[in-house]
Amino acid sequence: MEIDPFIFRLSIFILSIFIGYYVVWSVTPSLHTPLMSVTNAISSVIIVGAIIAALAGTSESIFNTSSIFGFIAIILAAINIFGGFLVTQRMLQMYKKKKNKKK
Amino acid sequence: MISANLAAIFYLVSGILFILALRGLSSPDTSRQGNYFGVAGMIIAIVVTFLSIGNFSTSLVYVVIFLVIGGAIGAFIAFKIPMTAMPELVAGFHSLVGLAAVFVAIAAFLNPAAFNLGNVGDIKLASLIEMSIGAAVGAITFSGSIIAFLKLRGIMSGAPITFSGQHILNLILGIGIFVLIFYLCKTQSTNIFWTVIIISFLVGVLLIIPIGGADMPVVISMLNSYSGWAAAGIGFTLENTALIITGALVGSSGAILSYIMCKAMNRSFVSVILGGFGADNSSDDKKEKKDQKSVKSGNAEDAAFLMKNASSVIIVPGYGMAVAQAQHALREMVDKLKKNDIKVTYAIHPVAGRMPGHMNVLLAEANVPYDEVFELEDINNDFANADVAFVIGANDVTNPVAKTDPKSPIFGMPVLDVEKSKSVLFVKRSLSPGYAGIDNELFYKDNTLMLFADAKKMTEEIVKNLD
Repeated sequence: MEIDPFIFRLSIFILSIFIGYYVVWSVTPSLHTPLMSVTNAISSVIIVGAIIAALAGTSESIFNTSSIFGFIAIILAAINIFGGFLVTQRMLQMYKKKKNKKK
Repeated sequence: MISANLAAIFYLVSGILFILALRGLSSPDTSRQGNYFGVAGMIIAIVVTFLSIGNFSTSLVYVVIFLVIGGAIGAFIAFKIPMTAMPELVAGFHSLVGLAAVFVAIAAFLNPAAFNLGNVGDIKLASLIEMSIGAAVGAITFSGSIIAFLKLRGIMSGAPITFSGQHILNLILGIGIFVLIFYLCKTQSTNIFWTVIIISFLVGVLLIIPIGGADMPVVISMLNSYSGWAAAGIGFTLENTALIITGALVGSSGAILSYIMCKAMNRSFVSVILGGFGADNSSDDKKEKKDQKSVKSGNAEDAAFLMKNASSVIIVPGYGMAVAQAQHALREMVDKLKKNDIKVTYAIHPVAGRMPGHMNVLLAEANVPYDEVFELEDINNDFANADVAFVIGANDVTNPVAKTDPKSPIFGMPVLDVEKSKSVLFVKRSLSPGYAGIDNELFYKDNTLMLFADAKKMTEEIVKNLD
């Protein structure tokens, strides 16, 4: 019997949880706030679903009920992607060592 | 147009780049590079999605327009937001991820053919389960984050809102969602799908309203975790590896942060979720006792004198510093002390502030080098050798009661051993108890000098007196 592709995706999922577990424990506590903002940004990769939904409209009806939800989701996810990565970058720029200190 | 297999490989690459983005955060030196990996992963995922659809009709123009609108809003927020508002910003971002997950699930439900999930009224069983779980978790994340946002922003009171039968109601609604999903699979009914989403919105609200202000670090971490699981649910629906990997990473990241925060408060995750902690339960008995004890209070001059004659000072910041925006004044004070060859370090309790790492970001913003900032376990032994501990805006995390009184609600919580230093300067607006509603014994110690004032004003005055 063939293995259901779902099982493969489940395997990827479970293994990723383990990777996440070890990677996140190694994050230094002083960077926990940037960790939250960057996880926010990357979880907005959900935008790929939104793009698929938005592009599913036909040329006669670009905006049908389904694609409208897709378009709104694109805006929401895009706010998060740009906002998340940029605010993370802004925070990380502030973490400096003694020698780099201004003044 | 590229083949599905090639697209899947690119999605895997973008998943790996996301792992590297988190890995970079293990040290501030590598963190910026990590962030670029994250951006690269995102660009790959988006470009590959466009290429794999290959439908370059007029729809595409609109997609790009909406992408740019969202991006502009996001960039604007990212540049304008003050660092003290980080907790509510993160809560706001969580709500957007949640809502986006709900909308993608709805779009997939209404037009399953676009996602290769079958046809309307005949969606594949597995996909239907995955998308309804994704939608339900997304909806809980959305409404829960909105409540957290309102509480952090101060629009809604941070006090816990509880009513009788709350937990039973939540349990019933939770079971209700599962029952409805079961019927949804049998009937494919649109109405049931909408009902699942509406009930989930309600659950999100009910879940967060009983949780009080200072438990917010746990709440934010928990919602972070939920947003990840929602993304993973949608990832299974769309059969997209990048989304599955990211969802798992974010889900476990949030879960670990929640665990760290709970441990730092010595409370179980369940007791935080059930909420109600921090309600005003201080009895009259306690208030009477307070009147009998004497407190030494001083002014900025006394504080400046004490610190000038010290050889080492440890600073303990807390939420009060964030509220008063005192971090820049504090840095000025420390600069002056350093000029007098006084050794200054910072001690940070894991739950100081309203989100994990909150204090570190504020100090970094004020240009405090990160190698002067220490975590609880790394610095706690140094208090015994310090001349002055300067507590600014922290309270419960310094309360020695946590070590001595088994009856205290915070007993067993790891606290900073501030009382071991030769003298303690405690900047606080009044003698009122902290969030946990308990009196801080530290106020009445012989070596404690209370400085009753706004954190920023007091620090500025001390700076003047240091000249």
